[in-house]
Amino acid sequence: MDALQVTNLSVAYEEKVVLQNVNLTIPVGHLTGIIGPNGAGKSTLIKAILNQLPNKTGVVHILERPLNPKDHTVGYVPQRNAVDWDFPTNALDVVLMGRYGHIGMIKKPSAKDKQIAMECLKNVGMEAFADRSIGQLSGGQQQRVFLARALAQEAEVYFMDEPFVGVDAATERTIIAILKDLKAKGKSVFVVHHDLQTAADYFDWMILLNRTITAAGPTEQTFTEDNLQEAYGGKLFFMDQTKSNKTFN
Amino acid sequence: MLTGNLLWVLIGAILLGIAAGLNGTFAFLQKQSLVGDAAAHAALPGIAIAYLVTQQKDLPILMLGAAITSALAVYMIQWIVGNSKLKADAAIGFVLSVFFGIGIVLLTIVNQSGTGNQSGLNDFIFGKAATMAKSDLVWLSSSALLIILMCLLFFKEWKLMIFDPVFARGVGLPVERLRVLLTALTVLTIVTGIQAVGVILMAAMLIIPAAAARFWSNHLGVILVTSAFFGALSGALGTIISSVRTGLSTGPIIVLCAASLFVISYFFAPTRGFIAKSLKKKAFKQRNVVKEAVNHE
Amino acid sequence: MNEFWVLLTGSLVGITCGLTGVFLILRKTAMIADAISHTVLFGIVVAFMVTQSLSGFWMLIGAAIAGLLTTFLVQLLQSGGLQEDAAIGVVFTSLFALGVLFITLFAGNVHLDVEHVLMGEIAFVPWDSWEILGVSMPKAVWMLLIVLLFNILFLVIFYKEMKLSTFDSVFALSIGLPIVAMHYSYMTLVSLTTVAAFDSVGAVLVVAMLIGPAATAYLMSKSVVGMIVWSMAFGVMAAITGYYLAKLWNTSIAGMMAAMIGVLFMLVFLFKPHDGWTWKLFKRMKIKDTEVHVES
Repeated sequence: MDALQVTNLSVAYEEKVVLQNVNLTIPVGHLTGIIGPNGAGKSTLIKAILNQLPNKTGVVHILERPLNPKDHTVGYVPQRNAVDWDFPTNALDVVLMGRYGHIGMIKKPSAKDKQIAMECLKNVGMEAFADRSIGQLSGGQQQRVFLARALAQEAEVYFMDEPFVGVDAATERTIIAILKDLKAKGKSVFVVHHDLQTAADYFDWMILLNRTITAAGPTEQTFTEDNLQEAYGGKLFFMDQTKSNKTFN
Repeated sequence: MLTGNLLWVLIGAILLGIAAGLNGTFAFLQKQSLVGDAAAHAALPGIAIAYLVTQQKDLPILMLGAAITSALAVYMIQWIVGNSKLKADAAIGFVLSVFFGIGIVLLTIVNQSGTGNQSGLNDFIFGKAATMAKSDLVWLSSSALLIILMCLLFFKEWKLMIFDPVFARGVGLPVERLRVLLTALTVLTIVTGIQAVGVILMAAMLIIPAAAARFWSNHLGVILVTSAFFGALSGALGTIISSVRTGLSTGPIIVLCAASLFVISYFFAPTRGFIAKSLKKKAFKQRNVVKEAVNHE
Repeated sequence: MNEFWVLLTGSLVGITCGLTGVFLILRKTAMIADAISHTVLFGIVVAFMVTQSLSGFWMLIGAAIAGLLTTFLVQLLQSGGLQEDAAIGVVFTSLFALGVLFITLFAGNVHLDVEHVLMGEIAFVPWDSWEILGVSMPKAVWMLLIVLLFNILFLVIFYKEMKLSTFDSVFALSIGLPIVAMHYSYMTLVSLTTVAAFDSVGAVLVVAMLIGPAATAYLMSKSVVGMIVWSMAFGVMAAITGYYLAKLWNTSIAGMMAAMIGVLFMLVFLFKPHDGWTWKLFKRMKIKDTEVHVES
């Protein structure tokens, strides 16, 4: 079964092409990194897959079906800086928002929803902060709350937009442990990531992107110096040869 | 048709249009257009206070009062945004409505005091360009000329300050002082125009010509000239139209002339206008379709 | 009795606007509300020109359409490449000027003068009664109650959806919430609230009541529900204190209510424990003091 199938996906704003002819087929059960330079269209790719952009063309299938929010198959972690953290609410409440898709319109969250939300907070090590105003959380804590919210969606396929940006080392370890746990449970996870140093350790599948796909597949096949040079337009310099040798064995 | 006073009104409206067009462009580029709206509304309590204190309705005195409360409003918006989690839109709306409310309170008090009824302060809400006294028009024109002169003088500095304040500071420009000067000039523009077009529509004089001019070019110099031209044109057209038919207030007509220019710009401006953009989008799509067809072969 | 109706009207304006205003602040659309409060004049005038009547029902319809038109035009100009603040400024000043022009051209002799629209005349509220279901109350009170009911219904049904789409619209879209439809429904509610309130208190107080109490509550609250309660409370407080002060100084009631909103905001902004302005100033001075001590 394929977690994600993308056919001829293009996104353009007026005359600027952001993504062109993206084609992807990725089987379920992988932890996939979406890698590419700034402005390569990584976030745009996720948004286009989640059907958030009106000006896209092409076909997207998730778990071999067109995306339908009512299936609850997709979990999503948007970029942390896309929201206003002064919003008057607490951590538990944000995680509870992950249940809204399941609860449906009009109805209120049930005791069970609250219990699930609390467990998800516990999973990311934030249960002590349940009642804390989100504005008082650190960047890493906010990111964990966002991850907990996605976990509360109880989805099959997860999309995460830059979850490692601006977080502390402990949070990064927590997040990656949870991602690997999700993979172990047979879920599929797609993560926009820009740190090449850690990419090979974190992901077993890769999408190298620069406006279009330059390479996609298992990490050991895709994460090669040639492919990276192509994705980064030859602007990549390997300062530390020993390290890069180790990474690109 | 051009009787003596109307000629003066025409000159005043044109100069005011140019001044607001120039100054509004700088406010527009700083994304401060609505701050101008708040500053204009906030002129009302200042006018009433100036009258209550001095019991005179000479334009310079009222203008001074208006300038003080306008500047206070702008400062308060910055103070609130800088010292709380409140965002700019809420701070602007709050300051605008509260200052205007206080203005209404004071104006009612003025109107109820014996002499107040004839003070004509109510005219400041909607303006009365067509019936302004010649002495007031002289004040208006000289103040507008001063604003135009300042805009030309500091063109280069403000351009750099708005575009890249960090770099501007780096090359030794007194950025904070320039910013204050620009704000002061915005307040002066508003105060200059309120008797003619009124506190509510004065903001339009600052916003609309600048927004319309933006569709015509990407170069600040060209935008400034276009904006000034649009301001002058709407001032002149508005004055003439409202003088032809009695009973029409000049302020709304001037604003509607500016709005018409805006609509024309929005649709027909080359490169950035709606039609030009749509055509380009279409051509782009066609090109892409051809490309894809080639790719598939 | 008249005093009672005026106070009731003022308090209802405070409650209704306070409730609606919360999401204006949270969605950062306060200035669109300001724009709508100006453009409902246009809607009312057009409604009058079409129907030749000044009935409350047609006013509500005209205002709702004007509100939607404003929201739509602002969105249109933004998608055409104009920044938001300028788009709002262009739309509302143009429509307002058009409204003023229409009044002078076509409705000069009816009870629709612009000053009334701006400042309202809450003192006249008791003289214009409606009888619905055998109950006779001032028209303004009826209209406010109906709109308040709409507001409450909307929030009861869509509270959690509004909250989510306000906090994180991208996520809301990903779970299939119709965020665009919700935005326009909400803006329609804002327009209805505006027109119901402004017949009695005028456009300017409507803006003050929509933005001020909610902005004050924003500084006070840690949850959206708390913010709603505070916002309505501040609205009522401003209405009541404003009324009595206006009576005391014999001045505009609506203007005084707006001024009291300003006073309440400043009290919270300056003196709220822990994060009020003076509190922070005090803390900063203390830190400086201790620094000096450490150095010496």
